[in-house]
Formats: sequence, structure tokens, C-alpha cells
Amino acid sequence: MKCIKKRSLPFENSVDLIEERIEEIELDGLSESDKTKIERLKSQKIKELEKIYNKLSRWETVQVARHQDRPKTPDIVQQLIPGYVVLSGDRLFRDDPAIYAAIGIFHGQNLMIIGHDRGNGTKEKIRNNFGMANPEGYHKAIRLMRLAEKFNAPVLTLIDTQGAYPGIQAEEMGQSAAIATNLRDMFSIKVPIICVVIGEGGSGGALGIGVGNYVAMLKNSIYSVISPEGCASILWRDATKASKAAEKLQLTATDLIKRSLIDEIIPEPFGGAQRNQKETIQNIDEFLSKTLKKYAKMSAKDITADRYSKFRKLATQDI
Amino acid sequence: MTPFDFNPFGRRNLPKKISEQEEKKLSEKNWVKCPSCGVLIYDKQLKDNMNICPKCEYLFRLNSTDRIKLIFDENTFEEKFNDIEPKDVLNFSDRIPYSQRLKEAKNKTGLKEAIRVGTGSINNIKVATGIMDFGFIGGSMGVVVGEKIVRIVEFATQEKLPLTIFSSSGGARMQEGMYSLVQMARTAAVIGRYQKAGGFYISVLTHPTTGGVSASFAFLGDVIIAEPGALIGFAGPRVIEQTTKQKLPSGFQTSEFLLEHGQIDKIVKRKQLKQCINTLFGFYEKGKQT
Ligand SMILES: [Zn+2]
Repeated sequence: MKCIKKRSLPFENSVDLIEERIEEIELDGLSESDKTKIERLKSQKIKELEKIYNKLSRWETVQVARHQDRPKTPDIVQQLIPGYVVLSGDRLFRDDPAIYAAIGIFHGQNLMIIGHDRGNGTKEKIRNNFGMANPEGYHKAIRLMRLAEKFNAPVLTLIDTQGAYPGIQAEEMGQSAAIATNLRDMFSIKVPIICVVIGEGGSGGALGIGVGNYVAMLKNSIYSVISPEGCASILWRDATKASKAAEKLQLTATDLIKRSLIDEIIPEPFGGAQRNQKETIQNIDEFLSKTLKKYAKMSAKDITADRYSKFRKLATQDI
Repeated sequence: MTPFDFNPFGRRNLPKKISEQEEKKLSEKNWVKCPSCGVLIYDKQLKDNMNICPKCEYLFRLNSTDRIKLIFDENTFEEKFNDIEPKDVLNFSDRIPYSQRLKEAKNKTGLKEAIRVGTGSINNIKVATGIMDFGFIGGSMGVVVGEKIVRIVEFATQEKLPLTIFSSSGGARMQEGMYSLVQMARTAAVIGRYQKAGGFYISVLTHPTTGGVSASFAFLGDVIIAEPGALIGFAGPRVIEQTTKQKLPSGFQTSEFLLEHGQIDKIVKRKQLKQCINTLFGFYEKGKQT
């Protein structure tokens, strides 16, 4: 309980209070009247969550998108493709744990999943660079997309990163070239690519695995050209103006679908994906089954042409 | 992009700083002070010397007009797709509204956007080209910059023309949000098609080329050339320093550093650039004939 409270977000105070009261009553033992009280409090809690989550500001959405209890790529792999095999390495330098990849069977069909992995717990987070990939991560991703062609496996990419890693070695090893090459070469992958932003979609590091035939976002995820903090520190010269920058950048799923910059929003359970991983992943499952059907009968040529023409038209409605 | 994107930073190897006040005072007398060696140069002399310091060869930035003069045979550059103009699609404002930033950039540079595209001849070889202009909001890439590149590369594919793009940019244009980010993928897509069709693309990186521009069309050249001493990288040096809490090696992210790490083909001095590009295109043309 204590642990959950620590992980609740600043704007969820009213929910915390209700939860505390439920906890108090439960500690005192449960009479019949207590049970009804608890039921009442629980429905009150749902209503409160609904109220908060129906009118999240953009900055609040950023905080939800970054919540550490949201499902991560390995969680999604486990639930979508049981019996999966994890694949690693770029065949050049090293394996980048910031990119997690596995192949398995999704409702009777091969599926390759490639996504950012922010990691669980301090040790893993540090190992994974908090999901910020190095060039070798992008090399690994494109290698495995090519491998997916061999299995005739559609690719699901899961985007969850603050951005590509800004490191000395990353620059030496060609972070720019790695991302640029992925952006170009993803257009020639002959199997369908479906992208889902599951948390934070941070700039080029996100787009580096984000060239899909179909691009969706979880309801409370974000996708942005720059982090609100980065934007604030450059344009306002003040990183504390991040909430203002978030408003201006229009980085929520709702913002982006209105502008046809993404194709679909995948719903999250009440109170966000961090409150119910299983249901969230079930929603991704349903979305993916439905979406893959559209591509089932397409030839390789049509699949690449579809991806190209999507991006050829993307973001040009105003010119 | 990264917090450093688009920020018009100076080169870190600048030994001497010149205050704006001093710069203004000097420019009233038509003098420019070299930020590298401190020598005073008469501004016409600097311009005649392709913006190169006559004493230490420090490269002052070239705007797109001077770059065109430097590279293309006289009066051969024909601008294309200049009818599209940037719009403030997000109704963005920071300290000043984006619409005003655009207006100021247009007034300052006389350009409509941070890139000009078209065709031109380099020692009689006709090529398709894009020339970025850092003076226009830090050469940042928004929808129109992306779209102009898309169109000129498509044109080059159709007309089977060789292609060269001169980059000078801090990266993606934040004020256009996600509209700007997806230009990285759009420009990469057309270059992929162009290259598959047999096209030959020389990318020229000039100071600075970073962020979303560096991580898209700029690093997709079949041959990548940089001017000496340019700052080239994905993330900005300050961001890297803050994130890693490491001291940056000397010369980090300069052209010379990139050459050493296998990221570019060549460093070519400004005065030899036209000839070098012409030679490479010559090999390409020769290969097509045989
Ligand atoms: Zn000098």
C-alpha cells in the first residue's frame, strides 16, 4: 500500500485519500457495515479517477506517460506472444538492452516485437540506459526487422523512450547515421510494421523505430519532437516552464489524432495503464488483431508502397 | 529533438569571444574580427575570400546565396518549389509567437524558408540540390523544409539527376511539434527511393549540422563530405555533458573527429569543395556511360 502511494501522481491526491480510508477500515476488521462502506468508497474512487483522467492537462499526461508502473516492452511480449524467443545483438559491436526484441506466435501468426525497454528497478534501469538506445540498439532493431521478413512475421514496435542516448560513445559510433539509416530502411521492410507508443515517444530516438504502416498511441502516452523540459530550456531558457511547453507542443494522443499525425488511440483502463497492466495489454492485443487483418492479404510490394504513401502525405495537409 | 537542437551555438574551439558591442562597433567601420585568431578583416575582403579568414582559414558561415555562388556555375541555379511557405500550424508561442519569428526570419534573410532547392550546374554537370540557410531560425526543419526536400529528391529521381544537399541546421523545428519530427522520416523515405533507383547523393555537412537534420537526410549521403571544423552530431555537446557528467574529449563532434570515427568520407576545404563535388559526380556520370 505504502509503495503504491509513493507511485501515485501529484494530481491524484483525492484518490490517495480515499485509498487511505479504505485501508484504515480494512485494518480495523470487517463488519457488514464496513463492507458496504468500503464498496461505497471504492465506487467513489473510480468516479474520482474518471473525473481526474477525463480532464488531464497535457503536463499531467506527460507524468502519466512516464509512470514506472506502466507496461513495458517485456511485459507486453510476455502477454502477447507466450512461448516467445528473445533475440539480441547488432552483429557489429554489442547488444543494446535499451532495445528489447522477441519473436513468437500471436493468435496463430508469427509476430516480431521490437521495443524500447526502460527497465524495472534501479539496476536494470541503469543497465538499459532508461530506455535510451545507442546506435547499436538501432542497428539491432533494423537487423531484426529484416529477420522478421524471413519468418513472414509482421513487426510490432513499441515506443517508450525519452530519446536516443546523448553520450560520447553514441556520437563516436554514429547515432545520427544509425537513426537516419533506420528511417530510410524501414520503408523497404516487406512485412507490415505496426507502431504503438506505450509511454513516452521522445523525438528521433522514438521515430528511429517508428516508421510504420500504422501508428497508434496508448491513450495517455505522448509523442513529441522534443521533451517539454528540453523545449522549455531552449525557448523559455527555463526548464521549469516544462508544463507550458507541454501545452504548446500538443503532444498527447488526442492532440495528434486530431491532426492526423497518428492513426489510432488505444484505450487505457480507468486511472491509466499503470493501474492495470493486464487490461492495457489486452487492449493492445485487440487493437493488433484487428489491425493486422487489414494487411493479411497485401503483397510485399503493396505493404511497402502503403508505408511510403502514408509518410509521403503525412503532415502536409496545411501546405 | 534533443534540448540542444536548433540552439545556435558557437563552435567550442573558439579561443576568443567577441562581444556583440564590439562586433557592432567594428561592423560600422566595415571590419570583422576573426573569432579564431583575432585578426581584423575588411568585410568585402572576407566576402571575396568565400568567408574564410585569410590568416587562419577559420570558416565564417556562408548564407545560401553565397553558398550557391561558391558551388554553382554562374547563373545556373534555378530555384524550384519556392511557392510553399511555412505556417504556424500549432499556434505556437514561446517568448515571442512563432508567426512573428517567421516574419523576422523572412525579413532578415529575404528567404521564405530555411532551405532553397532547385537545379544547377557544377562545372557543367547538371544536378538537383538543396541549400540550407542557418540564418533562417537556425536552419531548423519544419514541414516546408521537409516538403521541399521531398519534392526536389522526387524530381531528381524522375529526371535521373545527381543530388547534393548542403546542410546547416540545429535540427527539427520545435515550434512545429510533431509536424516537424515526421519530416525526418519523410526525407529519409524519398532518399531511399532515389538511391534504389540508382541515384547518387553527396551530402555536404557545414557548421553546424545536428539533431533531426543530422539524423535524417544529412547522414544518408552515398558520400558524406564535411567542411573543416564544423560541429556535427546528433545530440548537442552541452546535453551530452549534462547527461553523462563526463568531460568531452577535445575536438569532440568536429568534422575531424567524425572522420576519425568513420562517420564521414572526407573533409574538404571550402575553396576545393566545388572541384571535389564535380570530380565525384564525374565518376558517377562516367560509370553510367560504361
Ligand atoms: Zn582567423
